[in-house]
Amino acid sequence: MTKPDAAKPRQTPLRAVHEQLGASMTEFAGWLMPLRYRSETAEHQAVRGRAGLFDLSHMGEILVAGPGAAAALDYALVGQPSSMAPGRARYTMICAPDGGVLDDLIVYRLGDEEFLVVANAANTGVVDAALRERADGYDARLTDQTDDYALIAIQGPAAAGILGPLTDVALDGVKYYTSHRGTVAGREVLLARTGYTGEDGFELFSRPADAEHIWLTLSGAGTAAGLVPAGLAARDTLRLEAGMPLYGNELGPDTTPFDAGLGRVVKLDKPGDFVGRAALAAAAQAPPRQVLVGLRSGTRRVPRHGYPVLWDGQPAGTVTSGAPSPTLGVPIAMAYVEPDVAAAAGTAGGRLAVDIRGRAEPALMTPLPFYHRTQDQPR
Amino acid sequence: MTVPENLSYTAEHEWVAIDDTVASVGITDFAQQALGDVVYVSVPAPGTAVTAGEPFGEVESTKSVSDLYSPVDGEVIEANPEIDDDPGLVNTDPYGAGWLVRIRMADDPAGLLTPEEYTALTKEAE
Repeated sequence: MTKPDAAKPRQTPLRAVHEQLGASMTEFAGWLMPLRYRSETAEHQAVRGRAGLFDLSHMGEILVAGPGAAAALDYALVGQPSSMAPGRARYTMICAPDGGVLDDLIVYRLGDEEFLVVANAANTGVVDAALRERADGYDARLTDQTDDYALIAIQGPAAAGILGPLTDVALDGVKYYTSHRGTVAGREVLLARTGYTGEDGFELFSRPADAEHIWLTLSGAGTAAGLVPAGLAARDTLRLEAGMPLYGNELGPDTTPFDAGLGRVVKLDKPGDFVGRAALAAAAQAPPRQVLVGLRSGTRRVPRHGYPVLWDGQPAGTVTSGAPSPTLGVPIAMAYVEPDVAAAAGTAGGRLAVDIRGRAEPALMTPLPFYHRTQDQPR
Repeated sequence: MTVPENLSYTAEHEWVAIDDTVASVGITDFAQQALGDVVYVSVPAPGTAVTAGEPFGEVESTKSVSDLYSPVDGEVIEANPEIDDDPGLVNTDPYGAGWLVRIRMADDPAGLLTPEEYTALTKEAE
């Protein structure tokens, strides 16, 4: 595994492109990443209405291969990768023995004996180490291939129309959460219909040396359709509106998948043992310790990560993520609250508030996600 | 990033335009670029007394919230009426239509930075 130099953030293969576009860069999880190119609100709206282009090359890619790869992942993760057909992708998690979340992941089954595990940049080292330890004794090889891949995402309702003419993959046949090998702009890619924006879209894993050509070709072809480059700031508000959890905010070592309302990713009925099974089986049966809810601010002040949630003026939870929602035009947030508050707040107005820098601002509980795309989506 | 020659500045990234006893105040181009899209600004209502160096409002952007500090002692006499409906003016025209408040100063202003001093400060921040 590559050891990041604490003093010097890692740069993606697209750094020259970002520089040329005049991006505001920020350090994120040890990487220098584009935060925004111009207005993050405009970038957000472009993804909702047309399309956005993202550099996600900081994400970790770990290849698990060999005759025992499927069994090793069934043991290491809470999902059941062995049940996936080659070409399928799945959202899953890796948990500690106590059921706490180490990371949320997308697993792509590339072949019978080959899986690509995509981890959050900040957790790639942890995931790699945990997988290595857990795969011990299985006939499977692990390779951290983060440096071997660039990852470009094109997301939004116009994404398929822009990408279609540039690839030899027939996109009509590409279902949501599947991947295909093919070419884009003449360069080899793994093309997946996945993303983290709440829109239709694609993620393209390529060789680092091909990334700039792919980016520039997509960007040139998509401009007329309204494609714009989009940074991490837009990515964060997009995933928040879509009610998608972010590691370090909604997910962490002190939360279980059940806390986050994602108990469905835990396959307790799969055969054999897996790391965290006993603790997660208990969590599945136990009354929830906390409930992840959506909040809509009653004022224009924004509930943000770490702010206390109040019920009748008393602390009753904590905001995990919050931002002004470009789509709804009001501040929104996700928060963990006490279960009885979550149950009561749905019907009782006026008692829920967020302590925003010392002042209680009214908030309304609202179902997640805040935003659900209405266009026909491939399934 | 622009730093107009005819204005004074604070280390908290506000600009001040002084006309006799009235100070017009806004945030700098450097500040708006660092904040990103401004979605809400709260400033004191006219009639509010303010003290130099004390927080007197806040700026909410997509990623963060920042305090506004009064650059002078005095009394707020006007708040920009356009900002409530269009906080993005702070981004598009920070030194013009994006002005925030006018303050009638109680004393001569003290401790403000020249454009050169402010530019040097932003270079350090980068």
